[in-house]
Amino acid sequence: MTVTLALTVGVLFATGTYLLLQRTLTRVVIGLALMGHGANVLLLLAGGRAGDAPFVSDAGPPPGAADPLPQALALTAIVITFGVTAFLLALAYRSWQHTHDDDVEDDPEDKRIAALAHEQHPPARKDEG
Amino acid sequence: MRVLLPLPVVLPLLAAGTSLALHRHRWLQRALGLVTLTAVVVASLVLLLEVRADGISVVDVGGWPAPIGITLVADLFAAIMLAVSTAMLLAVLVYAIGHPATDDASRFFHPTYLVLAAGVSLAFLTGDLFNLFVAFEIMLIASYVLITLGGSQEQVRSGMTYVVISLLSSTLFVTAVALVYAATGTVNLADLAGRLDGIDPAIRNALGLTLLVVFGVKAAIFPLFSWLPDSYPTAPSPVTAIFAGLLTKVGVYAIIRTQTLLFPSDGASTVLLVLAALTMVVGVLGAISQNDIKRILSFHIVSQIGYMILGLGLFTVAGIAGAIFYIVHHIVVKTTLFLVGGLVEVSAGTGALSRLSGLARRAPVVAALFALPALSLAGIPPFSGFVAKLALVQAGLDVGQGLVIGVSLLVSLLTLFSMTKIWAGAFWGEPTEVEASDRAGGEGPLRAPRLMVGATAVLVVTSLGIAVGAGPLHDLSSDAASGLMAPDRYVGAVLDR
Repeated sequence: MTVTLALTVGVLFATGTYLLLQRTLTRVVIGLALMGHGANVLLLLAGGRAGDAPFVSDAGPPPGAADPLPQALALTAIVITFGVTAFLLALAYRSWQHTHDDDVEDDPEDKRIAALAHEQHPPARKDEG
Repeated sequence: MRVLLPLPVVLPLLAAGTSLALHRHRWLQRALGLVTLTAVVVASLVLLLEVRADGISVVDVGGWPAPIGITLVADLFAAIMLAVSTAMLLAVLVYAIGHPATDDASRFFHPTYLVLAAGVSLAFLTGDLFNLFVAFEIMLIASYVLITLGGSQEQVRSGMTYVVISLLSSTLFVTAVALVYAATGTVNLADLAGRLDGIDPAIRNALGLTLLVVFGVKAAIFPLFSWLPDSYPTAPSPVTAIFAGLLTKVGVYAIIRTQTLLFPSDGASTVLLVLAALTMVVGVLGAISQNDIKRILSFHIVSQIGYMILGLGLFTVAGIAGAIFYIVHHIVVKTTLFLVGGLVEVSAGTGALSRLSGLARRAPVVAALFALPALSLAGIPPFSGFVAKLALVQAGLDVGQGLVIGVSLLVSLLTLFSMTKIWAGAFWGEPTEVEASDRAGGEGPLRAPRLMVGATAVLVVTSLGIAVGAGPLHDLSSDAASGLMAPDRYVGAVLDR
């Protein structure tokens, strides 16, 4: 059980990282969501093995109960991931309204540096060689 | 007086909800924001006095005792940060109300700004690692909305970078919390301080580095800073100013808190000192190469973060006291400089140095408001920056870290150089002859709204006040630093009650 979940976390992080490095905004958003899921599962995993429902009576928690704290933390983290993903989607939609494509735009600073390099070392033209 | 402790978090959140309901009534929104933040400033100041007199103040939220429930803790360091930050939030709100492009642009500015205030306060007050994550998220989600407030193409582009980087570091934060919990079985900071000693040193170091990376992204230390100069300048001026003053400093606060409480080091930390030196140098070199007031100032933030990390990296009371003093000085001065940058943009219509000229004659008040904090930032005596840097230099030389201190002095010179670049480009020179529609050129005097100038002037006077009151303030920083260097006191205050 724990090994399966650990592997799941690894796969979620790996695919999330791959998608995050793409040029398309939708893929970046999905990548972030996958990584968020990975982190949440890891949080759940941090509580140790699965156990009985942790209902606390006057006698204290039953033996073999699962650790409730990581579950509470994961629940909070899930809600936050959900809200932020919704915001990201809205932002991606706004970006589409402006540019009519789904690509991450170039950084203006990078454009300036590229233009500067182009100026100082113009690429050799084929027809001259 | 424990009722005071949750107020800086609860009041802005309640007011944010009310402000959202009042979105049709701009004046009520303004009044509500001002009243709330004024109350928060008063509460923070009273809290600071109380902590100074009676020691660390602790509240268990919801009545669950530590380490199970969420704890709010105010030690002297947290109380100082809280008081300075809330004062800045209030001053910038006054400025924003006068700023035509911010306040009128969106009815969601006021609610979001109040949420930001709650997040910043919670980050300072929380005594729980997971709750620190929640505080960061409250603050960041508000900042996502504020940075893209206008929804223009440029804002969406740079906002996207900011959101994606912040989200990535938040995901890392959750991962770090999970790993910490798996290793120790608690997320309460005071409880962690004891339990981390018992685990394998290799795992302990790995956890420490993961948290350093998480907070390093928020604090914009080398090499995790590149998102900052790209995203800050596109936001409306008051938003950039409050981000510049507070958000990175919340990251620095978290670094100082975790490194002193959870991962204390016996001597100077080489990793932190090298990071500090690189952050200072790379930041200031970036600033020199820029050509826009806000972009230059954004790179300076990165450079200045290096000084704070330098003070922490020394791991002495004097070093951390210097860092705390530096943070207080930086929050005030940096916010002021960005507000002045906003004044220049509002009055002249642009912040590009190539198009500005002769502002010293056309807007003498703005020029004076720029000159004082700029000299302070570069560390010219008798301003607060000089006192802050002197404290760090002395602390560094005391423990024989001459090299990194040498680097910091060189960076100071370069800071002065890039400040003179703004001064020579924007304020000196003959007013240029350009077409009438372009306000950057021309001859006539320039005007900015009175409320904006007034708020900026108050902050300039405050920064001068830091220089005048440097003695008592440095004593306060030293007390806070000796509290940080004795984590037992913090642990005792939270757990043994």
